[in-house]
Amino acid sequence: MKEFLYYPGCSMSGTAKGYADSLEAVAGPLGIDLREIDDWSCCGASEYFSIGPLRGYALVARNLALAQREANGSRTVVAPCSLCYVNLAKTNKYVRTDPVLAGKVNEALSVAGLSYAPGSVEVRHLFEIVIHDVGADAVREKVVRPLKGLKVAPYLGCLVTRPDPEKRWKAKEHPLEIDRLLEALGAEVVDYPLRTDCCGGHLSQISPGMGLEMLRRLLDSAERLGADMLATICPMCQMNIDLYQAEVNRRFKTDFKIPILFFTQLVGLAFGMDAKTLGIGSEVVSAKRALAKIGVEVPEPEAAEPVAAGASGEKPRAPRPRKGPELPMPRMPKDKGVGR
Amino acid sequence: MTEAIHDRPATGIDHDFIREVMAAVPGDSRLQMCIQCGTCGGSCPSAADMDHTPRQLFAMVRAGLREQVLGSNTPWMCVSCYYCSVRCPQEVHIPDVMYGLKSIAGREGRSPSSAAPNFSRTFMSNVHRFGRSYEMGLVARHYLRHFPLRIPGMAPAGMGMLASGRMDIRPKRIRDVKGLQAIMAKAEELEAQL
Repeated sequence: MKEFLYYPGCSMSGTAKGYADSLEAVAGPLGIDLREIDDWSCCGASEYFSIGPLRGYALVARNLALAQREANGSRTVVAPCSLCYVNLAKTNKYVRTDPVLAGKVNEALSVAGLSYAPGSVEVRHLFEIVIHDVGADAVREKVVRPLKGLKVAPYLGCLVTRPDPEKRWKAKEHPLEIDRLLEALGAEVVDYPLRTDCCGGHLSQISPGMGLEMLRRLLDSAERLGADMLATICPMCQMNIDLYQAEVNRRFKTDFKIPILFFTQLVGLAFGMDAKTLGIGSEVVSAKRALAKIGVEVPEPEAAEPVAAGASGEKPRAPRPRKGPELPMPRMPKDKGVGR
Repeated sequence: MTEAIHDRPATGIDHDFIREVMAAVPGDSRLQMCIQCGTCGGSCPSAADMDHTPRQLFAMVRAGLREQVLGSNTPWMCVSCYYCSVRCPQEVHIPDVMYGLKSIAGREGRSPSSAAPNFSRTFMSNVHRFGRSYEMGLVARHYLRHFPLRIPGMAPAGMGMLASGRMDIRPKRIRDVKGLQAIMAKAEELEAQL
């Protein structure tokens, strides 16, 4: 068992519930001991640096300071979310290389009795720990139910191999490590060319025209390659592809039904764990049909039908209303390739 | 995107603008090293919706076109995927420059699109109150304000998220909200001195 300081990030107790459940289940078998940092706060996602940069760095540094205080067995902070990871890792690097920034950040932290000595912890992404510290061979040894016949498109998203502040990755655009891991699980891995393309991040919320187009490209490529599902390592990527797939279909008159699971859920399945333990069944785009190929039953979600009770102001009377006049969307002239 | 920059009158040129932008980025942004090769724009997944490609924008920064740069939607369309930054032959920290430009524009209240900065501000105010992100509050307010037409289409998926426990009606809080707020207040005060 190797001990780590665990920074879950907000998604793990919310939208990425399946990631949290499956990580809890597979961490032990993978030999990873995660000690949650006490009273950690949000990392600021991609919102703070745009509006209040110093507040952004101070918000992240608060977590680094808490981690530093708890560091004894380990000084490695692990984040399962790519956005959390990149914010923590970048801030950690910037306070180390920019003494003026470090001074200001510590001045802000001091009002709450905290301080951070630059470089006293290191920050790594969970996926990178599994790849580099655990390794595909050790994973293969524990496989009892190979994911034979399941065609998986590996999707990493941007932020793990880029910007890579500590230079841990050789290939920043087409890394193959996730293929080795999924192969070790017995899955059939498709050579997914868009593996490190962006899911659009918050564009799905603030600029749907471009955000949904970026999601369409990802889904289109996966479908052309005949993938049964996407496997990801980031809560934001998962949420965008899962939650907005129906909106992509409406906007582009497509019919994608491609589920996206977290890599830890696939690891758990290959280790013989049942779908419910791994949080499978909480996806918006059901993984039922895909997982039937490997003989795994997906639990039905409990009455997810929209019965009365509108959560937001406007109640969804008609499930598919005709939308009002919209801005004309650029239509892709049936793009042929799966490449960029 | 193909706006003819040179057609504009040479009024309001701010030759110190590049220094101002570089100062808004931690460490050395290397912005002055840009050789105008265009690799950034060619690598950018959202360039099609930008008023100016990153390369154009950097030329404008260098030319001191402060008004036009801060009025451009380009930084707000940057998704910080870092394709440009790993491909840039001059290793300019492009997404960080975009963050820096957004913070200058935001400080002067001149962001061209209202949805992007409003989303950031709503997100921040939730974190300021609870110490954690609060999705339910964020999406409810954001969609009602900016995309009411999208709500009916999103509702079934949203209900599914609530039913499967992927979204909470109520926010989660950290214990030391007071401490966090004090840190943020101090940081904001220091920000203003920049």
